[in-house]
Amino acid sequence: MTRDSSSGGAFSGFDLVAAGPGVAREEPDGESSPQVVPPGNPTVTALREQFPGAIRRNAICAGDEDVVYVEPGRIAEILQWLHDDGDQHYDHLADVTAVDYGGGRPLEVVYQMWSIPHRAALRVKCELPLDALEIESVTGIWVGADWLEREVYDLFGITFAGHPDLRRILMPENYAEGHPLRKDFPLRGRFSRAEQTRRALTQDPEDYYLPGEIAERVPQVVDPAGAGAVAGDSEGAG
Amino acid sequence: MGVEKPGIVGAGSPAFLTTKLDFVVNWARRNSLWPMPFGTACCAIEMMASAASNFDLARFGMERMSFSPRQADVLICAGRVPYKLSPVLRRIWDQMMQPKWCISMGACASSGGVFDVYSMVQGIDTIVPVDVYIPGCPPRPEGLIYGLMMVQEKIRGESLANHAALRAEDPLAVGRPRAGDEEVADLTGPFGNSTHQNRVSGLVETDAIGRAEDRLP
Repeated sequence: MTRDSSSGGAFSGFDLVAAGPGVAREEPDGESSPQVVPPGNPTVTALREQFPGAIRRNAICAGDEDVVYVEPGRIAEILQWLHDDGDQHYDHLADVTAVDYGGGRPLEVVYQMWSIPHRAALRVKCELPLDALEIESVTGIWVGADWLEREVYDLFGITFAGHPDLRRILMPENYAEGHPLRKDFPLRGRFSRAEQTRRALTQDPEDYYLPGEIAERVPQVVDPAGAGAVAGDSEGAG
Repeated sequence: MGVEKPGIVGAGSPAFLTTKLDFVVNWARRNSLWPMPFGTACCAIEMMASAASNFDLARFGMERMSFSPRQADVLICAGRVPYKLSPVLRRIWDQMMQPKWCISMGACASSGGVFDVYSMVQGIDTIVPVDVYIPGCPPRPEGLIYGLMMVQEKIRGESLANHAALRAEDPLAVGRPRAGDEEVADLTGPFGNSTHQNRVSGLVETDAIGRAEDRLP
């Protein structure tokens, strides 16, 4: 994109951000069309057969990375099938994150999965409109999704229904300025620096932990009678 | 020294004795500075290199890194400090015994550096009092050693006579911002390296590309 000299300083780098990725760079022809099924990935074909109404479209990104856009309402069902089905067996959830393209476009929740036995990767995306930022939690499928979903909630404000402990994880507990990775979030935050400093210093670092995490713990003493058994560990001592 | 001329010591005025006591106390303090490392980022790597054998901080009296604030004399804040970490930094500073000094190592600790963003403290001097700022991104070990030697020079000029004024701490101010509101607000003016300022800068929309053009010759 060339800089328009006649408009002076009117051009801003944030015009590109507001315009979104579709304007900033040329998309391949086949990507935006829902009819085109890129060949080569049996999982995508199986997904279309298994969930005929729930797959919005799919694409190939960066040459060989398969991306499947699914209906947000059926995400837990689809991921459960991808996890359990013997031909798919995506047993490793590498990442849960989200993307905000700005300009009122829906937020995308991204699930990056890896199948250890089949050595295959798959990326599943859900588009959430800005007025309905809620999606079902997948912590019941992968326990490791717990903190990943907390991070997405913290930085994007997406609520995960059924999450066992949906709190902020990166920002302070008393953070009241919103969700920083949204495109409408000002870079320096919403409060003044003085207010930010004051709020930061009024917090107690112990508030970051659950009461059980900082409770007094019985020091572990190796029981000389039981070989290797740890006193206080009732399950292991048997 | 004075032992060879006992008459002078015996006839000395209290002022003479006080001066010599200052010298002895300051000599002991500046040659046994134990650093409390508060390393949060890449500056900490340089701090570790300073303590390792090539540069060997122990030559200057920083005999060991004191990982307990109770036995530390100088706090070396090496790296960026987010707001979430600021109460921890403040608590460590409050836990250190008097007399104590503070070194702000690197651009991020001194001013926020390139991180002029929502999550980052814009200079730890809004949280704790800083004696020496070391510029650099990160500073080389020579820079840290030079900063520690500046602390030593500062200690050399201190006196027990005004010690109370130097070390005065308000117990009620523990855990509260050191800098005033106006001072903190001035940290985020319309200058800076951010591209989308719309809050403290008086709703001035800065244009990063336009400013980049200004820098051209």
